[in-house]
Amino acid sequence: MSEETKKEKKTLDLKRRAMPKQDEHERVKNFDEVALGYPVETAIEEARRCLQCKKPLCNQGCPVGIDIPGFIKFIVEGNFGAAVKRIKETNALPAICGRVCPQEEQCEKLCVLHNKQAPVCIGRLERFVADWEAAQGKAEAPAMAAKTGKKVAIVGAGPAGVTVANDLALLGHEVTIYEALHECGGVLLYGIPEFRLPKAIVRREVEYVQSLGVKVVTDYIVGKTRTVDSLLQEFDAVFVGSGAGLPWFMEIPGENLNGVYSANEYLTRVNLMKSFRFPEFDTPVKRPSRVAVVGGGNVAMDSARTAVRLGADEVHLVYRRSKAELPARAEEVENAEEEGVIFDLLTLPVRLIGDQHGWLRELECLRMELGEPDASGRRKPVPVEGSNYRVPFDAVVMAIGNGPNPLIPMTTPGLTLNKKGGIQADPATGQSSRPNIWAGGDIVRGAATVISAMGDGRVAAASIHRYLLGLGGEPEKGTP
Amino acid sequence: MYRITERRMIVPNLHEFTVEAPAVAESVRPGNFVIVRPDDQGERIPLSVADWDAGTGTVTSIFMQVGGSTAKLARLKPGATIPTFAGPLGKETEVGRFGTVLCVGGCYGIGSIYPIARALKENGNKVVTLIEARSSYLLYWENKLAAVSEKLLVVTRDGTKGVKGHIDQIPGLLRTAGIVPDRVIVNGCTFLLMRVAQVTKPLGWKTVVNMNPIMIDGTGMCGVCRLSVAGKTKFACVDGPDFDGHEIDWDEFLARRKTYNPEEVDPLRRSSCRSHF
Repeated sequence: MSEETKKEKKTLDLKRRAMPKQDEHERVKNFDEVALGYPVETAIEEARRCLQCKKPLCNQGCPVGIDIPGFIKFIVEGNFGAAVKRIKETNALPAICGRVCPQEEQCEKLCVLHNKQAPVCIGRLERFVADWEAAQGKAEAPAMAAKTGKKVAIVGAGPAGVTVANDLALLGHEVTIYEALHECGGVLLYGIPEFRLPKAIVRREVEYVQSLGVKVVTDYIVGKTRTVDSLLQEFDAVFVGSGAGLPWFMEIPGENLNGVYSANEYLTRVNLMKSFRFPEFDTPVKRPSRVAVVGGGNVAMDSARTAVRLGADEVHLVYRRSKAELPARAEEVENAEEEGVIFDLLTLPVRLIGDQHGWLRELECLRMELGEPDASGRRKPVPVEGSNYRVPFDAVVMAIGNGPNPLIPMTTPGLTLNKKGGIQADPATGQSSRPNIWAGGDIVRGAATVISAMGDGRVAAASIHRYLLGLGGEPEKGTP
Repeated sequence: MYRITERRMIVPNLHEFTVEAPAVAESVRPGNFVIVRPDDQGERIPLSVADWDAGTGTVTSIFMQVGGSTAKLARLKPGATIPTFAGPLGKETEVGRFGTVLCVGGCYGIGSIYPIARALKENGNKVVTLIEARSSYLLYWENKLAAVSEKLLVVTRDGTKGVKGHIDQIPGLLRTAGIVPDRVIVNGCTFLLMRVAQVTKPLGWKTVVNMNPIMIDGTGMCGVCRLSVAGKTKFACVDGPDFDGHEIDWDEFLARRKTYNPEEVDPLRRSSCRSHF
């Protein structure tokens, strides 16, 4: 490889092609997608930067193992159809992953050009070919295996469940997805805002999976409408991808005041229930002028940028560590800054203060400074004694994470649970402590990423397939 | 889509609403609720279940027309369909062998207390049911309730039926009847739940209240239905909706219940008439 790199050195193109975005002054007034996607010429230019390494590292960073140099080569050749087909061999949802995967932590981090601070924009290219295919009007049907006659039930139509459904349908199994909400997509629908992931795209990807013969039943709450054990009388295997559960709060005084939202509630109102179009849609949301979002992850950025679009005059992001520790994607932090979100870093909320009618009026915070590194390797924030101060706010959104959904663990006897209260699943197979039940995504991990949920789905689908056809390769009994 | 088999106003502003939902009818238990969405633009609202028939696959609720969403439901005719009818949700009401149980219902809760009283009776409890309304013309299901109760007590604000007064009359009424309940279970509007809990607290009667906060998903995800119980935050959709009425922070709950009052009635002030926009 070193020889090849040397040869290429003279012509190394280290300019990552930027993706056009909506102007920040315009986009804060609408919920349309911010990033606009590569034009064809830019996509080909960017694809040409790929060195086509003989032993590529990038695909090792992909939780679903996409053949990255392979699909990029097709883009260089202008064969976009072949490129998307290559991706879809291992990833059912490229238009979504191209938008919301943290590529900088995965494939792009391992790109050889990362050493030159200029990794290939793999995510943008993935998005480009997926959108190209959609623009053609019809997706090419993939090769499907002969019917096996085996039936699998999937709980939850989020990224984990949809991935399992896709993989198992291609392998010839009969798949039914049960979704608790009235529309499919899970967190892609209720959590991630329209301006980052248009819902039409989620709908399109789910329709694609349905076109493979996957049945979808909405408004069906497994664990309540029907238990997992009852499903197992009809199905040969069950995959549980029931996702996120109850939001965490800080357990400080005043969190149940009116005007205090969990990020789950705030985003669900706006995204799933479309309250930004109230009263055309019936679900209301408040449009306060001063909003504080507590947290530093992608969900916090989504909440803050939603508040901006709902017309807030001032949106603060309150985070107890410094900017370097923000867990959100750099791109999202940049977008939030461009849109005028004010970052109150090294700041810890300690109390929410309300009026006599139970409405939030003020937030009391404490200044922090960075001390010694803690267990996570990040420098631990330490409160500065006596630095308390109070600021008026009409709304506070708590975006500090959530646990796994409690419904399946509460109603399925014999499932071993993990420390977080989620379902314990073998990382190598996704199998739970009960042999015909698999699990993946947030129900196992608590709050994680879309792509890790899809990775779990891929692993579980392979294991379910082996189980259904009696191919062996399942873990020994007793392995957790 | 779920087909409506019955929707009629049984007393002014309260509607009996029956929907074909076989999967829900199969698994529903007393004290459960369902999430209903009247149309594609509609809100997801929780309705307590008042009756069901697993044979015909139907589920019945009683709802009061308050805001835009219930106004939409109230306009639906039998044969029409709604896009969402999901459930049963929430933990079922505990209906063990307690001895004497006082079931209290008001408003929509006169309906939703019925399956609870029925199950309590089936389990061998002595059921005393008390229903409360502003006036006699707002009472319903008296015969159904009488059939599952040893005694049916009625309180009306104006005295047009039963005892005149408010729910505060409970202790006096029970004393007269010579009843000391081992447990009190209340279904109905928030004010009723709170008043009963306040009245029974000094008497030391265990009081279970079926809470009715704002909800969105109803499945333990969004967290809007939270309330403080014994100083801890609980989520009504998965930890409840039944809680010990003596441990609830009622001021906080009432305030949270009113969060969207202005928005809730806003659609009622609109019509298709141009001058009303």
